[in-house]
Amino acid sequence: MTAQLVTYSLGAIYSAMVVYAFAFIAFTLDLARRASTRRVEVSVAAPVTVAATTATAGSTAVLDRPDSAAPVTPGPEVPARSRAARLGMSFTIIAWVLHVGGTVLRGVAAGRVPWANMFEFSLTATAIIVGVFLVVQLWQDLRFLGAYVAGFVLIFLGIATTNFYVDVVPLPPALQSGWLVIHVFVASLGTGFYGLGAALSVVQLVQQRRMAKGLRFIASVPDPDRLETMAYRLIVVGFVFWTFTLMAGAIWAEHAWGRYWGWDTKEVWTFIIWTIYAGYIHARATRGWRGSRSATLALIGFGAVLFNFTIVNLFFKGLHSYSGL
Amino acid sequence: MDSHRPSDHYDNDAPEKPIAQPRLGVVGYLRFFWRQLTSMRTALFLLLLLAFAAVPGSLVPQITSDPNGVIQYRAANPGLSKVLDALGVFNTYTSVWFSAIYLLLFISLVGCVIPRTKHHLDALRAQPPKTPARLSRLEGFRATAAAPLDAEGVAGAITAARQLLRRSGYRVRVLSGADGDSVSAERGYLRETGNLVFHAALVGILISVGFGGGFIYTGQKVVVVGQSFTNTLSDYDSISPGRWFNPDALARYSLTLTRFKATYESQNVHAIGSPTDYTAYVTTSENGGAPKKQTIKVNSPLTLGDTQVYLLGNGYAPVVTVKDPKGTVVFSQPVPFLPQDANLTSVGFVKIPDGLAKQIGMIGLFYPTECDPSLCGANLASVHPDLLNPVLALQVYQGNLGLDNGKAVNAFALNTDHLTKIAGFESANKVPGIDLRLGQTKQLPNGLGSVTFSAIPRYASLDIHHDPTQLWALGFAVLVFAGLITGLFVPRRRVWVKAVRRGDDVVIEYAGLARGEDPGLDAAIAEIARKHSQQLGLTMNS
Ligand code: HEM
Repeated sequence: MTAQLVTYSLGAIYSAMVVYAFAFIAFTLDLARRASTRRVEVSVAAPVTVAATTATAGSTAVLDRPDSAAPVTPGPEVPARSRAARLGMSFTIIAWVLHVGGTVLRGVAAGRVPWANMFEFSLTATAIIVGVFLVVQLWQDLRFLGAYVAGFVLIFLGIATTNFYVDVVPLPPALQSGWLVIHVFVASLGTGFYGLGAALSVVQLVQQRRMAKGLRFIASVPDPDRLETMAYRLIVVGFVFWTFTLMAGAIWAEHAWGRYWGWDTKEVWTFIIWTIYAGYIHARATRGWRGSRSATLALIGFGAVLFNFTIVNLFFKGLHSYSGL
Repeated sequence: MDSHRPSDHYDNDAPEKPIAQPRLGVVGYLRFFWRQLTSMRTALFLLLLLAFAAVPGSLVPQITSDPNGVIQYRAANPGLSKVLDALGVFNTYTSVWFSAIYLLLFISLVGCVIPRTKHHLDALRAQPPKTPARLSRLEGFRATAAAPLDAEGVAGAITAARQLLRRSGYRVRVLSGADGDSVSAERGYLRETGNLVFHAALVGILISVGFGGGFIYTGQKVVVVGQSFTNTLSDYDSISPGRWFNPDALARYSLTLTRFKATYESQNVHAIGSPTDYTAYVTTSENGGAPKKQTIKVNSPLTLGDTQVYLLGNGYAPVVTVKDPKGTVVFSQPVPFLPQDANLTSVGFVKIPDGLAKQIGMIGLFYPTECDPSLCGANLASVHPDLLNPVLALQVYQGNLGLDNGKAVNAFALNTDHLTKIAGFESANKVPGIDLRLGQTKQLPNGLGSVTFSAIPRYASLDIHHDPTQLWALGFAVLVFAGLITGLFVPRRRVWVKAVRRGDDVVIEYAGLARGEDPGLDAAIAEIARKHSQQLGLTMNS
């Protein structure tokens, strides 16, 4: 019974990977099209200054200002209908359904939440990244990130199935806790938001570089200011989840190990990541640090997240030896 | 505007051109230094520095969390270890440089938060600001079509706007100016409150943890099934007390380990023998009261008095009985063995200083389930953590145990400097080691006597903690979290509604201003404009 479910689960994940590959191709074609589309020269506006005060840049309000004297920063232009982008979205949705299905089956097979070892955590965290990506579409067109998301998830699932795979085994006593459900799940949520924030920051840096070289922006991709604002909003949500992860982890550590903080390697890295992102949030509020500097911090932060999940789990000694490898 | 935020905060106006600097006195320098320390740039720099400084401690084992790792690391890298020692890297998180960074950060934080708090308390009592002259330059600007309103109509419109904004949680102020009557409204003071609570609570956590260290004590105790532990200083195997620890204040209780149950997976072929549950059954008595039956599990410690008792490990404690040649028992007690692997191959040390012709020491290896030699070869190995086929293998030494010179002795080691091996691999007299099955007795070499493997109880290794500041830390953590959410997601915004006279007609204008991140500002103004204009029967000029 369990073996059968495990097989179905893996089957679903492999199928999801195939469909993600199609999605990746479609989104890449879309990007290529965007990059080659001619577009009217864009005027880069400074944040609109208001008499006596300074308004925050990047508010969604900028578009409906009928008689504004200031030049208007163009928002994301509604992309011309792109077959490739639509196809990419459809593939992504299909792949995601398979992906979630495979993850849930794995949980059913194990008779518990599907995030108790590195393999399972990889399935869940990547499913959350795609889930956030899809949900955010309802509010904001982020299809230009499709190639990044599909590519990233594809690579990660590839690594997970080949290098992290472990059979379903019962939970060791230290992991038998309600905190496993909440602590690890919220950490995955945080990772999902941080990942998309990093994606937006990459695009922001690309746009900025093009700007610096006097090139056009990639057509129908938002301008750097707007990208930065979107990245900030996602990362701030990620930060809230991460803060919760840190605190829930401390409470769990108190239950399992008898102390809430002991500078265990995993604790150290969770703290490092938290501090980097606190720095990022500060950077956004510090004059001279908006733009490429804060975007770079967002990337360093996500780099630390990935490092924490891969290198620290596999090669560092500590109490969190839950990789199952 | 927010002059009490650090001067390099994004929302502040750009700094004035540096004027010709007057010569700075001592006070001037101090003030200059303080301003630097409490600037956003410094906070940012210190935060990133703190993150960076935390890295080495994760690369190198730490004395507090992994003392054995440190010993091994020093042995493997003697040269590098000298440098690391000098820098305090084996104690990163209590090192001078790490402490300096976070203390500076927190001084900066306090210096930043106090003036902001004062300013915020004033702001909470202040009125919303005057309505700007031209709303059309602001965010979310929209206006109604011109309508013929008389003075009474305008007054009604203003009252309606005032009530509408009041109901939506704004603080309002009605103004009348040359260019028209208006309502100025502001909301979201909670955002700044949340931010201040967040930062202040961080200080709270730091103080709780800092002071907590002084009151905490943590002790370890190995209890074999059938044995008891009394919470007195002398009964601990080891204890690390904080600075203000008072041994007389130890809560009075005792516990007896009546049973230890370990459950191992037996169905799942991928995980045969992996542990699925550990439960310690104890009988406790507080203040000499009636005994109570309780359990301790890995994720659920037991609260006794003002301490928590954790189940952090377990293993086997073979009962070894040694008799002299006449048959008198000279030693008979359970000896806790340290597990070495997942199948609980365990190592232990038996020391018999008195009663035999010579002092003897024994190094024992215990295999709960000996592997069938046809499968594993001649070398003993354990293939399951449960007691399916237990074997105790002893190597025997005779000579001087070194117990008499008053030095503290490690129960989990045997100093063989002054001992001769008399049974076991490559022993002096070529006598093989002594392998015992449960209940078996064998003779010791040199006619010293006999040794019996009498019983095999489990032991539980318990950690006992007392931490009175834990709840404080938790309380501040909750405040940090609540402050964070309010500080990040409550929008702080100003909204203005203004009746502007255009010849004989009147136009109602709406606009707002975000203070800090506020993605919903435009929608909020649209909503206010819609409700207000509908209420007055005006059409929007779209
Ligand atoms: C332990 C060190 C610190 C940490 C972890 C930290 C963390 C944070 C976080 C997470 C936020 C955003 C959350 C919110 O707005 O409630 C924030 C905002 C802020 N912090 Fe800190 N902070 C620290 C120290 C400081 C210091 C030293 C200063 C003053 C120089 C400072 C000034 C501010 C200001 C002004 C904001 C508001 C930013 C904005 O307007 O968006 N913080 N901080």
